[in-house]
Amino acid sequence: MRAAVLIRTAGPGVTVQDAGRFGYARFGVTPAGPMDLAAFRTATCAVGANAAIEISLGGLTLESVNAPLAIAIAGGGFDLRLDGHRLPPACRLSLPPGAALTIRAGEWGAWAYLAIGGRFDLPPTLGALATHARSGLGPKPLAAGDRLTIIDPAPAPGAADALQASWLTQDAAPIRVMPGPQDDYFSPEALARFFETPWRLGARSDRMAYALEGPPIAQARGRDIVSDGAAMGAIQIPGSGAPFVLMADRQPTGGYPKIATVIGADLGRLAQKRPGDIISFQRVTLEEAVAARRALFSALTVGPQQMALHRDMTTEALLAGNLVGGVISATDEPSR
Amino acid sequence: MRYDPPRFLDQGETALSVEFGDTVDPEINARVLALDAALRHDPPAGVCETTPSYRALLVQYEPLEIDRATLVRDITMRLTHDDAATPTERRCWTIPCCYDPALAEDIVEAAQTLGQTVESLARLHAGGDYRAYMYGFAPGWCYLGGLPTALAMPRRLTPRGVTPTGAVLIGGGLSLIGANPMPTGWYVIGRTPEKLFSSRRQPNFLIAPGDRIRFEAIDTTRFAALETRAAQGETLARCESA
Repeated sequence: MRAAVLIRTAGPGVTVQDAGRFGYARFGVTPAGPMDLAAFRTATCAVGANAAIEISLGGLTLESVNAPLAIAIAGGGFDLRLDGHRLPPACRLSLPPGAALTIRAGEWGAWAYLAIGGRFDLPPTLGALATHARSGLGPKPLAAGDRLTIIDPAPAPGAADALQASWLTQDAAPIRVMPGPQDDYFSPEALARFFETPWRLGARSDRMAYALEGPPIAQARGRDIVSDGAAMGAIQIPGSGAPFVLMADRQPTGGYPKIATVIGADLGRLAQKRPGDIISFQRVTLEEAVAARRALFSALTVGPQQMALHRDMTTEALLAGNLVGGVISATDEPSR
Repeated sequence: MRYDPPRFLDQGETALSVEFGDTVDPEINARVLALDAALRHDPPAGVCETTPSYRALLVQYEPLEIDRATLVRDITMRLTHDDAATPTERRCWTIPCCYDPALAEDIVEAAQTLGQTVESLARLHAGGDYRAYMYGFAPGWCYLGGLPTALAMPRRLTPRGVTPTGAVLIGGGLSLIGANPMPTGWYVIGRTPEKLFSSRRQPNFLIAPGDRIRFEAIDTTRFAALETRAAQGETLARCESA
């Protein structure tokens, strides 16, 4: 059985992503994949999908073409509307044919994931569906008029649920990093300044790298390193002294010294920052980084808390009724 | 400088950079590739992906499956200290390359900067014996050592436009084959009709790090003929054991 969604509008940078294109970094191929892995996994696991639409601040409106679809959305604090009715920023619901689901930038956050139960009818490239727009690998960024066919669509849920989890909430805590691998290219003073500075996320930040604005961090050795492999979260300091954090669409190798690396548990939190947001870094040990990873992955395995949007609420009732307040509060209690 | 034993540097909690030195050097690179081959042949549980570069191997791992101390031990066990005894499967590729300015967009500019003629630059480049050190930057962008020193020149301060498919480039004392079009600070001094990367062919990538590369100069007529054959799926580069 097949179903399809029609993209009505898509801002720049809305792409299909699976977990990433692994195993080809040795040939210069960027893994790509989601910017916020925890939000991606929340959405995909909620409906049994292996890929999702990653929505940028540019936003997305889509509709189901011919059948109700199981949909889950998770990410930053985006503004979600189903035919104008407001939904919580993370939820699972049935999308009936013809209804418009609109996801726009909301109060906070930079990325949201929309997963559809089933599989996208898209050919994998080098074994993956992840889009790397810069090198042209994977599906093209989505645009108005695109149709995505869904193979083996999952049955649509009867009731709508809000999804609540600690990793789906705004969090101003510092971003934790481990120093290195080339922290010895910097003087103790430069390292201290890196950790003391409240950095501003620059406008030239995208899926490739997040640019940080603040006082320049001087290299002690005054030269670049011989290029080596670079992981997501590596913070490079080029000759200009302005740090940038390598993100999902990074080049697989880099030639600037890496002063520190963002730990896995905080990559998604960093990804959800917007240009203009202030970011500070906190130094942690390997043991602390692994403990934070274990805690996040354990919580992800349990999954988000599922709260019925309203008792006996179905998407049809949502669309027919005037229940906007109850939807926002995401509780069983009627609210104003 | 060569590090023996190699340095183990953390890149976050999921990656370990195993550094064998701090220079572009065939012996250092050979040790990187030997460890890479050993880890691919017999990967420790929890190792996700290895990425060889000039002088380091990036080992990405899942720390919830293997702890760092165990990983360092498993890597150390796989280090071959007698490099001469390491059987590296080096192949030698002969790759057709057209140096005609009609296709080699920057060869006139590069020749002027180097104080060469277009002909002498092409002859020097085609006469080189190259080592494929690593891929980086973009899919199928393969960095080559062994550029004749007369052709060493700094990279551009600001990038040139998008390269043609199959660009052969020089910059910073190295040569480079750029499979897919990308903007770059290097100089396009030739073009190969060979597809060094194709997602529709097996293998997807022809050259492996460590392979030897030689270029065979061809004219524009031959380029056009070979490009047609490559489009039909034929592999043009000749490969033999090095």
